[in-house]
Amino acid sequence: MTGNMHLGVEEPIRECQYNQICTHNSSPMGTPHTKKKKIKRKWQVFQGRNKFYCNGRIMMAKQTGVFYLTMVLILVTSGLFFAFDCPFLASNLTPAIPAIGGVLFIFVMGMLLRASFSDPGVLPRATPEEAADIERQIDTTNGPSGPGYRPPPRTREVLINGQTVKLKYCFTCKIFRPPRASHCSLCDNCVERFDHHCPWVGNCVGRRNYRFFYLFILSLSFLTIFIFAFVITHVILRSNRTGFLSALKDSPASVLEVVVCFFSVWSIVGLSGFHTYLISSNQTTNEDIKGSWSSKRGKGNYNPYSYGNFITNFCAALCGPLPPSLIDRRGFVQPDTPQPAAQTNGTGACPSNQVQSHMAATNPLLHSQTVILGGGTPLQAKTSLGGPCSTLGPSQPSLPSSIPGLSCGGELMALRDSEIHCHHHLHHQHFISPEETPSPPAALPCATHLGHHVHPAQLFDPASQDSLHEDSVRGLVKLSSV
Amino acid sequence: MAETHSLQDLRQAAVASKVFVQRDYSSGTICKFQTKFPAELESRIEKQQFEETVQTLNNLYAEAEKLGGRSYLEGCLACLTAYTIFLCMETHYEKVLKKIAKYIQEQNEKIYAPLGLLLTDPIERGLRVVEIIIFEDRSIGSR
Repeated sequence: MTGNMHLGVEEPIRECQYNQICTHNSSPMGTPHTKKKKIKRKWQVFQGRNKFYCNGRIMMAKQTGVFYLTMVLILVTSGLFFAFDCPFLASNLTPAIPAIGGVLFIFVMGMLLRASFSDPGVLPRATPEEAADIERQIDTTNGPSGPGYRPPPRTREVLINGQTVKLKYCFTCKIFRPPRASHCSLCDNCVERFDHHCPWVGNCVGRRNYRFFYLFILSLSFLTIFIFAFVITHVILRSNRTGFLSALKDSPASVLEVVVCFFSVWSIVGLSGFHTYLISSNQTTNEDIKGSWSSKRGKGNYNPYSYGNFITNFCAALCGPLPPSLIDRRGFVQPDTPQPAAQTNGTGACPSNQVQSHMAATNPLLHSQTVILGGGTPLQAKTSLGGPCSTLGPSQPSLPSSIPGLSCGGELMALRDSEIHCHHHLHHQHFISPEETPSPPAALPCATHLGHHVHPAQLFDPASQDSLHEDSVRGLVKLSSV
Repeated sequence: MAETHSLQDLRQAAVASKVFVQRDYSSGTICKFQTKFPAELESRIEKQQFEETVQTLNNLYAEAEKLGGRSYLEGCLACLTAYTIFLCMETHYEKVLKKIAKYIQEQNEKIYAPLGLLLTDPIERGLRVVEIIIFEDRSIGSR
C-alpha cells in the first residue's frame, strides 16, 4: 500500500508538485488525522475577502484604514475632552458631566467595536452538491444551452405578502439569494438583509450587526453634541472670568474639539436621522437607494416586510432576536465532510454530520470500487488519498501504480483551482489521459458527475467521494500554494 | 421492501444521492422550508411523515425568530448590559437551535435511518437547505 503510493510520487512530479506534498504529508499510518498536519479552523479556509483576528473571533472587511481613522477621531476628541474640559466643568458645574460623558463614550466604543467585529450575516457558499442540484433545476426550467451561450440571468419569483419579489442567483456563492440579501463586492460575500458596506466601521452592515451600527451612530450623535455643547460652555465660562483670548490660551484643546465636533455633527446626526427613517419603515439603505418600495414605481408597490406601524418596526430591528452566525468561524474543518464553502456545525450536536464523516472515513473507498470499478483493485488504499484515485483511476487492475498517483495529482490541482472541482476535474482528466491508457473509463465517472442524465448511483458516488476527501487534501494544498 | 437499518448500519452504506429541500420565502425572510414532497423520496418514505417533519422544523424556526415579549425583554436587557450578558447566557435563538438539533437526531434515529435516509441539520448548510442523504439499500449489512 505504502509502496504503491511512493511509486506514485516519482512519475507525476513533473506534472504537478502537489502530488509530492500530498503523499509525503500523509503518514504511512494512513489516517488524515495525524498531529503532523495542523487541523484548520473554518475561518482559515473562508472564501470571502474578510480578515480575521484573534483566531477567528473577530471578523472585518479587507480595507480597515478608515476604521482606524474613526477610532482615532473618537478617542482623541473624547480624550481631550476628559483631560482638558472635564476638570473645569466638574469643579464649576457638576461632576455628573464627566460621568455622563464617560458612559456615553463607553457605549459608543462598545457599539462601534461590536458593529465592526461581528459577522454581519454572511451566507456561506453552497456545497458542490447543492450547486449541482440548483444548476440541474435551472437547466430543466430554462432548457439546455449549448457551450458558449450564456444563459439568461437566473431569477426566481416569489410572492411575499402580496408583493412579487425577484430572487437573484449569485454566481459567486452559487445560491439563490434570500430576499433582502445582497452580494457585497468589497467583501465578496452574500450578506443577509444587506444594508451597506460601511468603511468607517470597516465591515458590512447587515442583519446581525445593523442594530449595533444604528446604536453606534445614534450614541455618537449624542456624544458629539454633548462634547460640543460642554466645550462651548467651558470656553464661555472661562471667558467670563478671564476674557476670550486667554480662555482659548488656557485650554487650546477645546478649539480642536469644537472643530471636529462641528463638522461631524452634521454628517452623523444626518445619518442617524436617515437610519431612524429607514428603521421605522423597515427598509434597508440598499432598498431605499434603489427605490424598491417607492410608490413612484407604480401603484400598489409597497414594502412587504414592514410590520405596519413604526413602533413594531423599531422594536423588531433593535430588540428582535439576534440570529447566530451561519459561518461558524471557529469551528474545525472536518477532513471528511464536503466543504467548498465555510459550513457551520451549529450550536448543538450534529450526529448526522458525524455519522456521515465517520462513514466516509471508514468505508467509502471500497464501496465505490465495488460499484464503479466492478471488482477489487490493488489500490486498497487505507489513506484517504487513495479515495479519489481509486474512484477516478482506471478500472484495469493491472495498470502500473503511477497512474493512481497521476489521477490524484490531477485531482489535487482541480481542488486547488476551484470549488467546482468537477468541471476542472473533467479538464484535468482529459489532460492526463493521453499519457495513460484508459481514458474513457476515467473520464466517464467525471462526465457523469457533471450531472446530466445518469444513474443516480453512479452520479453521486464519485461526487461524494471527491467532496468527502476534498478537505483532507485541501489544507495541504493551501499550505503548499501559499 | 426496504430493510430496516440503524444509524450504525448507515456507516457501511454508500451514498446514492442527496435531495435538497429549499427555503420557502413566501412568508418573508423568516426561516421556513418548502413542504413540497421531493420525487426522489417517493419510494422511501411516506409523504405525510416527511411533511410533518418539515412542518415541525418550520414551527421550531418560527419560534426562534418570533417577536414577542420575551425577545424584546432579552433585547433590551442585552442592550443595557452592552451585550456582555451573552458571555454568560445564550440567546433564545441558540437555545431553539439546540432543540432543533435534538429533534433532527431523534427523527433520524427513529424514522429516517431505518428507511436508509439521513437528515442533515440545516444550520450546517447555512440555513439554506434541508439536505436528505439517500443511501443505497443493497449495500447495507453486506460488509
